[in-house]
Amino acid sequence: MTTVTEKHADAHEHGMSDAGYIKIAIILAAITGLEVSTYYVNFGPLFMPALLTMMVVKFVMVVSYFMHLKFDSKIFSFLFYVGLGLAIFVYCMALATFKFFIA
Amino acid sequence: MSTNELTLTPSQSPGLVKSPLSISPSRPLGAVRRPVNTTGWREWLFTVDHKKIGIMYGCVAFTFFIVGGVEALFIRLQLALPDGRILSADKYNQMFTMHATTMIFLFAMPMAAAFANYFLPLQIGARDVAFPRLNALSFWLFVSGGLILNASWFLGGAADGGWFMYAPNSGPVFSPSNGVDFWVLGLQIAGIASLIGSINLIVTVLNMRAPGMTLMKMPVFTWMILVVQFLLVFSLPVITVALVLLMFQRSYGATFFDVSQGADPLLWQHLFWIFGHPEVYVLILPGFGIISEVLPTFSRKPLFGYPFVVFSGASIGLVGFGVWAHHMFASGLGPVSVAVFSMATMAIAIPTGVKIFNWLLTMWGGKIWYTASMKFAIGLVILFTIGGLSGVTHAVAPSDTQQTDTYYIVAHFHYVLFGGMVFGLFSGFYYWWPKVFGKMLNEKLGSWNFWFMVIGMNLTFGPMHILGLQGQPRRMYIWTEARAGEGFFNFGFWNLVSSIGSFVLAVGILFFIINVIKTTRNPERAPLDPWDARTLEWLTTSPPKVHNFDRIPVVHHLDEFFHRKYVEDETTHAMTQIATGEDLMRAEEAAADTGIHMPGPSYWPLLLAIGVAVLGMGIIYGTPIMVVGALVVLFSSFGWVLEPSVPEPIDFDSPSHDGHTKEIAPVG
Amino acid sequence: MADIATHDTDHATDHGHHSSTGLSNNKLAMWLFLGSECLLFGGLISTYMLYRGRVQNGPHSSQIYDIPFTSVSSFVLLMSSLTMVLAVSSAQRKDDAKTNLWLVITALLGATFIGGQVYEFTTFYREGLGFTTSLFGSSFYALTGFHGVHVSVGVIMLLSLMGIIKKGKITGDKAEVVELIGLYWHFVDIVWIIIFTLVYLIPS
Repeated sequence: MTTVTEKHADAHEHGMSDAGYIKIAIILAAITGLEVSTYYVNFGPLFMPALLTMMVVKFVMVVSYFMHLKFDSKIFSFLFYVGLGLAIFVYCMALATFKFFIA
Repeated sequence: MSTNELTLTPSQSPGLVKSPLSISPSRPLGAVRRPVNTTGWREWLFTVDHKKIGIMYGCVAFTFFIVGGVEALFIRLQLALPDGRILSADKYNQMFTMHATTMIFLFAMPMAAAFANYFLPLQIGARDVAFPRLNALSFWLFVSGGLILNASWFLGGAADGGWFMYAPNSGPVFSPSNGVDFWVLGLQIAGIASLIGSINLIVTVLNMRAPGMTLMKMPVFTWMILVVQFLLVFSLPVITVALVLLMFQRSYGATFFDVSQGADPLLWQHLFWIFGHPEVYVLILPGFGIISEVLPTFSRKPLFGYPFVVFSGASIGLVGFGVWAHHMFASGLGPVSVAVFSMATMAIAIPTGVKIFNWLLTMWGGKIWYTASMKFAIGLVILFTIGGLSGVTHAVAPSDTQQTDTYYIVAHFHYVLFGGMVFGLFSGFYYWWPKVFGKMLNEKLGSWNFWFMVIGMNLTFGPMHILGLQGQPRRMYIWTEARAGEGFFNFGFWNLVSSIGSFVLAVGILFFIINVIKTTRNPERAPLDPWDARTLEWLTTSPPKVHNFDRIPVVHHLDEFFHRKYVEDETTHAMTQIATGEDLMRAEEAAADTGIHMPGPSYWPLLLAIGVAVLGMGIIYGTPIMVVGALVVLFSSFGWVLEPSVPEPIDFDSPSHDGHTKEIAPVG
Repeated sequence: MADIATHDTDHATDHGHHSSTGLSNNKLAMWLFLGSECLLFGGLISTYMLYRGRVQNGPHSSQIYDIPFTSVSSFVLLMSSLTMVLAVSSAQRKDDAKTNLWLVITALLGATFIGGQVYEFTTFYREGLGFTTSLFGSSFYALTGFHGVHVSVGVIMLLSLMGIIKKGKITGDKAEVVELIGLYWHFVDIVWIIIFTLVYLIPS
């Protein structure tokens, strides 16, 4: 962050082709299908971890590809993920003091 | 200023325009022309200039400082003698609630915003902030929030739940008056103002620095302001959630804090303090930043350990997000939580201590010049350290359990906030007054100002340690002789001392006001570089030109301005002066840029802020008002979007005969 | 946040190329705003998580959630992210017609989602879950309602943007404005990804 970067991000401004976006969308749709299937099929002990993992994967895919964070400057990632990280940290701590994760 | 804003006076822009320009601005919404030909009050109302906005922030914040101060005096009058009759219990509750709220949200934060707005662009060598219109919006929203908060005094009584407004006490059952509703709305709007302001300033620092100014060449004041803005960006949304939940409960019957429905009263406390603790650093770090400029200047030495000061400031900010529950040690969090938060809190003392030692070592061996500004800075170091030490005793959970909700807490946070933050701000007033207004504040009156404040503040808040450890509860509205105790620890004696101290303090503030009036009447101009200063804001006229710098400086050093005046001998490391501020200024003026575009003034920020305020009042006074507010918001948003922030060249007729003035756009 | 117009203090015709980082002011501001929004929705989600099982009156979540229905509306919102990104991509190719087309489709998908939410809320209300019924009710409506307001604001911004592009009155860099609104739109989508899992799929 300390260096002055004069990059003109033309090369990666576009990130992906439209076909690429459609592929991402198909994957997202497939994961959503899988998520919904947990409502009908019993996943047993895998239920929670599977759902949370799929949620995170979808989240990261939209952020990285649709929001271009993967192709854009690291500063944008820094600003966003600091906010996200702090949110996860403070709210999990707060919920932990309510013994939310024990029950 | 001249009658026509487009005329830059010769002193402000040498070699540039002298003749007025004629204007035919475009009409973004087909109805409203952008304000260009402004004079008088319009010059301030529609301005997007960061310097004017900074001054307005300062004036409004200082007004609220007086309001909050008067409220404090009422509190001390009530407690000065047994069986006080100045205030009823109810009015007393309102008084301390509004005192704290006013001082924190309407004085400390906006006063820091005043300094940040004015000096941050100057210190990084920029001509304005990244989003000048958002800057104006943020100011007007703050004014709306402040007015709504204080309007409650006249509309059925102010909020009375303490500045942290614990729910369910602040719910409709226990706080039936509209006071809390005004409080919630006012803070919500002031919060939006701060959020917008912080995004604006972060982008400004990241993106608008002069060539060569890397982050590690930025002045410490700018650094601390940057840390503060990050704290605000990430903590304000949390209080927004809390306020929204409370508003839904009070206005629309939601159940968030309704214990009979199974609600957890600690939810509010968590949300409030997740915001509230970073907020504490939001208040103090600007003061730290100011004295990190003042101490080196008046010690004639560079700041000792610049990177340590910067990184300790940043780590205070980061760790500040992980300690909020130390405000809740007495609430039954459970031993594990208490232990974790207790440790984290003690850890904060480390970076703070690093800063204190850096300041001491900055002064060590320096040729110290005891100006009023320097006195306040030294005052901060000492008083903040006292407050910091009592703070460490709160970090220790067992002792905190004893101190919670006693005057000991009140003593602690007044030492860090008054002794720390307010002294920092006053140090800044004396240091930067000649830069902002082109006149020197009187040093002699400054000295009176300082000594009355420092004595008054210790008389007021020092005894509160004793009162607190003796068990005088915070927020107690009355005490009786029968239960005041005897001897050295007599409540009555120390309460009286404290009350007398508060009036000594008030006299100190009065000296400042007298000083300002006297200085304003004094025709004598300040020298260009009265303090032999170190940073870029001094590389322009006082007050600065509308476009700040004649040419954008190219930065090679930390303390760039100093290094343009002095060269270092390679072997002896002695500094030799090669130029004065006046020399440098002449060089800048000779090489001035032509064709500087400045952002044009705009109606929309003010209108949008009014719309938001009306929209908010609709929550209390009914849907029709809300609809009107929403329409104003919508209309001004469209006006805003359709108006280019920099006036198009077509907005201006060919202005003059000598050709090269054509590109000067209006400012003001 | 389309109201953040491009601004450059040095030269009006040369937008955004003198910045210290080489990045656009507007995009930095938008990402900061989104980082901040994480803490806003985090607070609302946490409140819901804390209170979701606290029902003294009215129905429990398992009695009223209609997972198949919500799955369909979630899918609609997810696909609106695809159409949004295609609009951005068209805008970067300076293809106004296609940009407008994708913007309309995105707005329509968003409006469909909102329609679904209105339907869901009215159904729940009829089944006995009001805003004031229980802690579950209050926190559910606050969270999903806040999200719904965000989507609605997004729809208004999309439609306004289209109008402004059509009239050729846009100030600043057109592709960038589309991208900024796109970022906002995707953010609203990822918040829903979390809500869908934590609120709907995981039973209390």
